[in-house]
Amino acid sequence: MRSTSPKTAGGTEADGREAVVTPPSGPSGGRVDGPPENVARRSRLREPRWAALGFIAPLLAYLAIFYAYPLYRNVDLSLHDYTPRAFVMGNPEFLGLANYVDVVTSDAFGLALRNTALFTFVSIAAQYAVGLALAVFFHNNFRLSGLLRGMFLIPWLLPWIVSASTWSWMMNSENGIVNSVLESFGIGQINWLTSPDWALTSVIIANIWLGIPFNLVILYAGLQNIPKDLYEAAALDGASVWQQFWRVTFPLLRPVSAVTLLLGLIYTLKVVDVIWIMTTGGPGNSSTTLAIWSYREAFGTGQPEFSPAATVGNLLIVIALVFGFVHLYLQRRQERT
Amino acid sequence: MKRFSTPVRAVSAAGTAVLCIAGLSACSSSDDSAQAGSDTYTWWDPYPQHDESSDWAQRVAACGDEAGVTIERTAYDTTALTNQALLAAQEGNSPDIILLDNPAVSTLADAGMLTTMSEFGLDTSRFDENLLAAGVVGGDAYGIPIGANTLSLYYNKTILDAAGVDPASITDWQSLTAALEKVVANGDKGITFAGIGTEEGSFQFLPWFWGAGADLRDLDSPEAVAALELWKGWLDAGYAPNTVINNSQNTTWEEFLTGRFAFAENGTWQVNSAAEAEFPTGVIQIPGRDGGVAQTPTGGEFITAPVQEDEARYDVTKQIVECMTTPEGLVKTANTFAYYIPSTQAGQKELLAQHPELETWVEAVRNAKGRTSDDLGTDYPKISEALWTAVQKALSGSMSPKDALAEAQSNAEAEIE
Repeated sequence: MRSTSPKTAGGTEADGREAVVTPPSGPSGGRVDGPPENVARRSRLREPRWAALGFIAPLLAYLAIFYAYPLYRNVDLSLHDYTPRAFVMGNPEFLGLANYVDVVTSDAFGLALRNTALFTFVSIAAQYAVGLALAVFFHNNFRLSGLLRGMFLIPWLLPWIVSASTWSWMMNSENGIVNSVLESFGIGQINWLTSPDWALTSVIIANIWLGIPFNLVILYAGLQNIPKDLYEAAALDGASVWQQFWRVTFPLLRPVSAVTLLLGLIYTLKVVDVIWIMTTGGPGNSSTTLAIWSYREAFGTGQPEFSPAATVGNLLIVIALVFGFVHLYLQRRQERT
Repeated sequence: MKRFSTPVRAVSAAGTAVLCIAGLSACSSSDDSAQAGSDTYTWWDPYPQHDESSDWAQRVAACGDEAGVTIERTAYDTTALTNQALLAAQEGNSPDIILLDNPAVSTLADAGMLTTMSEFGLDTSRFDENLLAAGVVGGDAYGIPIGANTLSLYYNKTILDAAGVDPASITDWQSLTAALEKVVANGDKGITFAGIGTEEGSFQFLPWFWGAGADLRDLDSPEAVAALELWKGWLDAGYAPNTVINNSQNTTWEEFLTGRFAFAENGTWQVNSAAEAEFPTGVIQIPGRDGGVAQTPTGGEFITAPVQEDEARYDVTKQIVECMTTPEGLVKTANTFAYYIPSTQAGQKELLAQHPELETWVEAVRNAKGRTSDDLGTDYPKISEALWTAVQKALSGSMSPKDALAEAQSNAEAEIE
């Protein structure tokens, strides 16, 4: 895309990135990076070190208590066999990676992985596409656009349990409004939540609706950062609206888009409530994702199975981490070019 | 890298703030841990719907007054309660008394965190053996049922009359299916039940499973397949709505209250609601496959006493347990909970004297069976998960009842080992 119109796109991209990235990097650059200051600091290192440690201690304690320890505990749970008895007595048998082997070789794993991938990627792709379309639409301020934009935020304001319950009523096979509308068009009953072929689709639809406001808000903010004169210049060059979108808006939104997609990915990977309320991962396992599986092991049956739950949870963390690194890698590469 | 410095600073500020708040709350909460003072006894139950001003809370408090102590009551959601209890036991500060959903008793007993009733010197012989059984592990009773409920078939009298069905004629599966056929032919809906993929799904399926003569150790027996084929057959014939696959017991009840269903499988806890329905209702026992009454699973809570480091506390705990389980106490509990059937013969007699209309339910409870009985204990939750998954797969059509149950049996065996 860029190669076809090097003038506009190439020039603006640098500007755009400056607009988005500069503010956070500005102050820190002055503080840490200046070489003369560094030298000066090193010379009087001894005295303020304790003071510095004192200032950083609350943060370290916070990170240790609320992040490092729970993470360690989760790994610990997954490497042992924590039956309820072992959990109380504190004498679980060490299993090594046996829990991981069990999970990965289990019949349910392939399906859960496929469901997780479908649920996550279809959800964020659709959320992003619709969110971007709406953001561009609202960017042209028109009468009532503020009000309408506000209404699009409603899914975000509702507690998830409310949204998910409402969706499950709407998609009810016998009495749901969705089926009654379809029937008036002559389409027969679709068992949205109770057919193994539809259950995953149904929860994806509900999740897309829930995720649109998040994408809309962030992308809309990103659009505000694109200087108006670029559009003027493009218009003078004779670019159509469509060309303006693909050659100006879309490339300049790339950093914002990347962050939106990454955040979307992470919070879609871990969705439990919507699926649990609508289908409990069923029928059978047909809408079970890794997150649902983990939740079911720990809280969904009469007997808590902490070890398999932690194992599946850790796999999810690893998956999210991998995508985080992919994001960082792509961003670095982009900055270098 | 420099990009991160601003967020990091923000996080550190927020972190400091959170730590301060956490520190404050830690200080203020340190003196009301579960191991309270010598004249305060802690009590956990799974009834968050009953707040401090409720009859139930006052009943609990009265038992404390009688024993000369204050009871501090905390209510949790049923599933959260099991996890909270395990956590507390791990930390060594279990409450003095926990009211536990009956299948959880064997799990916690197996974890070694409950005392036996004989250690307390409490005589459990006056309680109905079938109800007590759910709390018995290896011959020892780890709790006392404070009441019980179970499942039956509610019917809509208007619909049955219109279709010319006499509820008394329903004595086995065949006559029930014939009744459904008549009702549906008359333009109404047949039956609704809960086949959701949780414990509720297994709970609702068990009367048919046991009613066919199947055994939980043998999920793929021909009897079990027959029970699942009965449900599947109703779905295929349109006697039961497709929504049952996802129905919880509450949703089922809401469907029944619309007045469009002839039958609903539901529990003792709906007796009041059924009486207030906009149409006349009635109750029949769930029939067995070839006649007779099917065994139904018991629901309801057990009063249990977790192990304490300070054994001196047991004396008062025993008094509180006794207060809750006298015949009058059981009837009071039954009335407080809008029909919880007492767990002793004497209590049942007294309840029937006050409410003769509950006859069917008392009979159903006498005939019921604990899910963890037959020495299943902690194996039950694993078997149950396999069972409800099979029910879901068969009803949704992704597997035949026979294949689904065969898979369930091999999964359950693999889980139990």
